[in-house]
Amino acid sequence: MNAAANPLALRTSGLVRYFGGLKATNDVSFDIAPGELRAIIGPNGAGKTTLINLLTGELSAHEGRIFIGSNDVTAQPIQQRVGLGLLRSYQITSVFDAFTVYENVCLAARRKQGLGFAVWKPLTGYRDIADKALRVIQDCHLGDVAHVTADNLAYGQRRQLEIAMALAADPRILLLDEPMAGMSSAEGAAAVEMLRSLKGKYTILLVEHDMNAVFALADRISVLVYGSIVATGTVEEIRNHPEVRRAYLGDDEDA
Amino acid sequence: MFRVKSVIWIAALFFVLACIPFVAHALDEPFYVTFFARVLVYALAACALNVVLGLAGLVSFGHAMFIGLGCYTVGILSYYGIDNGWIQLLVCIAACVVVGVLVGTVCLRTSGIGFIMITLAFSQMLYFLMISLTEFGGDDGLNIYAPSDFGFFQLDGSSEVYWAAWALLLALAVFLLRFRVSPFGMVLRATHINPRRVDAFGYSVFGVQLASYVMSGVITGIAGFLLANLTAFASPSYIAWHVSGELIVMVVIGGIGAVTGPIVGALAFLVMEDVLKGWTSHWMLIMGPIIVLIALLGRNQFAWLKACLKRPAPSAGPARPIASSSVAGESL
Repeated sequence: MNAAANPLALRTSGLVRYFGGLKATNDVSFDIAPGELRAIIGPNGAGKTTLINLLTGELSAHEGRIFIGSNDVTAQPIQQRVGLGLLRSYQITSVFDAFTVYENVCLAARRKQGLGFAVWKPLTGYRDIADKALRVIQDCHLGDVAHVTADNLAYGQRRQLEIAMALAADPRILLLDEPMAGMSSAEGAAAVEMLRSLKGKYTILLVEHDMNAVFALADRISVLVYGSIVATGTVEEIRNHPEVRRAYLGDDEDA
Repeated sequence: MFRVKSVIWIAALFFVLACIPFVAHALDEPFYVTFFARVLVYALAACALNVVLGLAGLVSFGHAMFIGLGCYTVGILSYYGIDNGWIQLLVCIAACVVVGVLVGTVCLRTSGIGFIMITLAFSQMLYFLMISLTEFGGDDGLNIYAPSDFGFFQLDGSSEVYWAAWALLLALAVFLLRFRVSPFGMVLRATHINPRRVDAFGYSVFGVQLASYVMSGVITGIAGFLLANLTAFASPSYIAWHVSGELIVMVVIGGIGAVTGPIVGALAFLVMEDVLKGWTSHWMLIMGPIIVLIALLGRNQFAWLKACLKRPAPSAGPARPIASSSVAGESL
């Protein structure tokens, strides 16, 4: 993680995505500077995960454009965007259950080399991959369970593995979809510390419901309501924004 | 990563297999060599099928197509007087690559039941094609009068085919042991577990699956190549759909995904078939339920056997690391 490549800017203009008659993403434009940590908050169903899926290419945008650095990737498939360093974590843990933590992370760490037809040497026998994987595993506090299969991990550890896999894949932009969802408060605090250590190394788009975490970590916050960005600003500005208080903070998130 | 246990197990298995021709010779029962040569040929095909079925989770119900391609390459080339084994082998591999790429490209656009049905459909197309080509024997099959000639040795008898199959199978088993944990093999297995996540790392799920399908097809084709030399015959019945089914049963009996599983499966299947056939003409009535039982006894097919053998030992094995790790997780 020390030798991270330079973070890249992530920009969209006028993104629109329909699901049938529903406009799930409505004219979303934002500009995340290289190395910025941008939080996106919004009530359930505001279209946060849809937005991430549009950015990664798992969903195609019906209107608007997406730029990674100076590249227009709107029409490009997932592979190309990943190739530029756009990596994500999933809200619903999406790891390889039958593999150990170590194997999961190694698989992610192999991303840049690609596969070719490497069929002889064991994946974990590649020195550079093994080193990188072990470093990320330590950073994500998974050292004790490195050789446990993913389906035998505790919930919080699975969430941690989810982030570890995104980190091991040499990201330049990280899209984190509710990384702390379902974590205990102790696990959440550890995760906040870990994310704080990532700040500046990557451009990070963080979707999160835990307001304390968001206010502690974000450089800027965008508020998404019914698919539209209704406000963007610093932590202080968002905390005091009247429309945000009405639409979101007072409404959905009194917990 | 390479567990010493699986290496010892493979060594033991192949040592036993290497003894068979000598035992058969000592017993003056040459038929056994022919029989076990057939076992090894099917084991080769089953191991190849296991690459797509066991590692990639793709249920190909049309692998008999590749056996047929291998058989008819030998048959048709020797029909035209080309009995050079190297040329035959090269044509066989080329044919399997071309067909594998074409068929795989179409089939891999589907998954689940769709994949099963389309692979079956392609296999049936070759079956009916060979039935209708009367030039090459049609329904009656094609006699092969000249065995494949590799210069320094000819596949002109059961024991030659036996040793060729034995060597190829050993090479394949060693290769698969490494392939499973290689980057390519790991990503292939990962596509089975969670294809969406494999895509999210920028690997091409389709590319990996297609490469493994073609690889599996080529190895199955080579099994067909050996089968043609063993029986001196190429017949549409080698491509029939139930052959594809039998290959799947062999893989399932032996344990899906395990490297030596299909070898044990082929051995168990064909020995069982042969013994029951000699006993009663209603052998299927007995074999069917046995297969159902084995399939029901769990994913790791021989776990029940191991459990039975281990029963006498005290059950206090080493504590699984999982238990301690989840406790450790609480202290995060």
